[in-house]
Amino acid sequence: MNELVTLSQGSGGKQTHELIRKVFAERFVMDMPLTDSAILDCTCNTMAFTTDSYVVDPLFFPGGNIGKLAVCGTINDLAVSGAQPLYLSASFIIEEGFALCDLEKIAGTMADEAQKAGVKIVTGDTKVVEKGKCDKLFITTSGTGIMIDGRQHISKGTEVKPGDRLIINGSLGNHAIAVLGARNRLSFSTPVVSDCASLNRLTEKILMNCSDIRFMRDLTRGGLAGVLNELADMTRSGIIVNESSIPVDDPVRGLCEMLGFDPLYLANEGKVLIVAGPGEATKVIGILRSDDLGRESEIIGEITDDKRKTVILSTSAGGKRILDTPSGVQLPRIC
Amino acid sequence: MKFIDEYRNKNLILKLAAQIRKSVKRDYTFMEVCGGHTSAIHRFGIPSLLPECIRLISGPGCPVCVTGTGFIDKAIYYSAIPEVILTTFGDLMRVPGSATTLEKMKARGADIRIVLSSLESLAIAWDRPDKKVIFLSIGFETTAPGTAVTVKQAEKQRITNFFLLNAHKVMPPAMEAIMKDNVNIDGFICPGHVATITGPGAFSLIPEKYRTGCVITGFEPTDILMSILMLIRQVNQNSPAVEVQYSRAVTVNGNSAALKYVYEVFEPCDSVWRGLGTIPLSGLKLRSDFERYDAEKVMPVSLPEPEDNELCACGEVLRGVKTPSECPLFASVCIPGNPVGACMVSAEGACNTWYRYRMNNE
Repeated sequence: MNELVTLSQGSGGKQTHELIRKVFAERFVMDMPLTDSAILDCTCNTMAFTTDSYVVDPLFFPGGNIGKLAVCGTINDLAVSGAQPLYLSASFIIEEGFALCDLEKIAGTMADEAQKAGVKIVTGDTKVVEKGKCDKLFITTSGTGIMIDGRQHISKGTEVKPGDRLIINGSLGNHAIAVLGARNRLSFSTPVVSDCASLNRLTEKILMNCSDIRFMRDLTRGGLAGVLNELADMTRSGIIVNESSIPVDDPVRGLCEMLGFDPLYLANEGKVLIVAGPGEATKVIGILRSDDLGRESEIIGEITDDKRKTVILSTSAGGKRILDTPSGVQLPRIC
Repeated sequence: MKFIDEYRNKNLILKLAAQIRKSVKRDYTFMEVCGGHTSAIHRFGIPSLLPECIRLISGPGCPVCVTGTGFIDKAIYYSAIPEVILTTFGDLMRVPGSATTLEKMKARGADIRIVLSSLESLAIAWDRPDKKVIFLSIGFETTAPGTAVTVKQAEKQRITNFFLLNAHKVMPPAMEAIMKDNVNIDGFICPGHVATITGPGAFSLIPEKYRTGCVITGFEPTDILMSILMLIRQVNQNSPAVEVQYSRAVTVNGNSAALKYVYEVFEPCDSVWRGLGTIPLSGLKLRSDFERYDAEKVMPVSLPEPEDNELCACGEVLRGVKTPSECPLFASVCIPGNPVGACMVSAEGACNTWYRYRMNNE
């Protein structure tokens, strides 16, 4: 039987409670009975807090689904700020007629991901809207975590100096191309799988073992080019990047060549840019490469004292050009 | 990656650049006709490898850029009809029409869908027999075969709700129009992919009639540098000719199967080019046997004369008379986020490319 979500499951009555209990609360191991607020223990002075909404078409793609994105994305926003993520909230806007089994699958993935990352989903909300009023399913997650002393500069980039090295933890563009491939039913001879993953254990390992981490940021929308331009702007410094040292998997490269996309602008969901002091870069690479999420880590460039705040790409062809801020969406070329 | 890395070999690139520096004897102006070349030249930072005496100018080979405002106005008109689903290649979404853009029409509720191929558009027509699906068919010899195949498929599958708003164009007449315009050009970097369809013979008029060389060129940095070297040699020896640098893909007769499809479905017609006006026999229109797929025949439309921003220099840029930075709007009012002219929209448009990779042009 293909059970579907109905409007009555969003009405706040018995069916709503039933849906929340069966689909979400049991999987997320929430404390019963459910109350209006989650009461959290906290032993720190400073906290990090973030929120993000997730929409993706299609909801399921190679390497993940919207639920995995919603958990990993918010965990990563906390992790790259230098925080230790602890608690998440999760709100669901569901289109009437959505398959219940898909909702269960997505909730199951969220529970698994949260458990793997050592994070608890402690509160949430569910709304069901009429058919056509939303596109299948939207999820919003918020997250909070402990801010360890001495890490406040990580998200602000205030300690970044000329000569610092730029490091990324692997190949770019896999998430965007996996989703694009699933959306347009493109077939690849080598499948492209989204890199969607929680990075908090990896970033924690780096921050625990290295004293000279100057900046971190996850490379989501806008890709590497977007983050580098923000960084140049924030720190009022220049950046030089070597194109040939930036890892991009062959199937992603091939499709980018075909469609006229630039992988440096494509979204990732498991990639982080780390800026480290020049003396520490090799150590960072060593730690990253010993972890499954960082096997293909590379030093890709460095901070310069160029006051024009420009990001320069030293091309693999031996030329130089500006790597500009992304504008609009990348659209496939015509010929 | 095979077939790519070999052509991006840094040592080879630097050797070719050194050869070019050794060969130059005067100033040279070469036009890269195709937007794909403009984009590749700046993406790989090729201007930074060339001596100052070589000037590269962009030509009329970006399909989005040369499509006239009148065409966009018609597309916008059709998109507003409730029973129409408009399908388009992505770049056209942001091209300004006289009053608005397709992107803004979509935001207002028009059913406009971005497709990767014309066949995808046909599939939408198959799925939605209750709608009229109009595909905006633009592009040169490279895209026309795909459209031709799609029309043949529509005929075979008896799909009657699929139509073209068509502005397909062919390249050589536009190059001739530029030569007639007395633009100072010492040689053409010709589009390799066009020649894979047409064969190199399509360009022979240019050296024969205008004593200007043509090198049919691939899209990798070594391809482009090698072509520049070949053009320099042609100029130095005063021996203009059509030469094929892209020999790994271009054959003498081109792709005869593709050409057969194109000329079975289309026939040459006069066509309006942004900046160049109407060029005789530079377009492709549906033959009378296939007129039932022509949106303009089935749903005739009559609109006022299109209006372009008077300051926009897209026309001069496309003719090679001005570089993007010589346009008063470039990088001030006209930026990729707020394009005034079509050349700032497409990733292969000269203005967009100059803006994104502007370091080498400053």
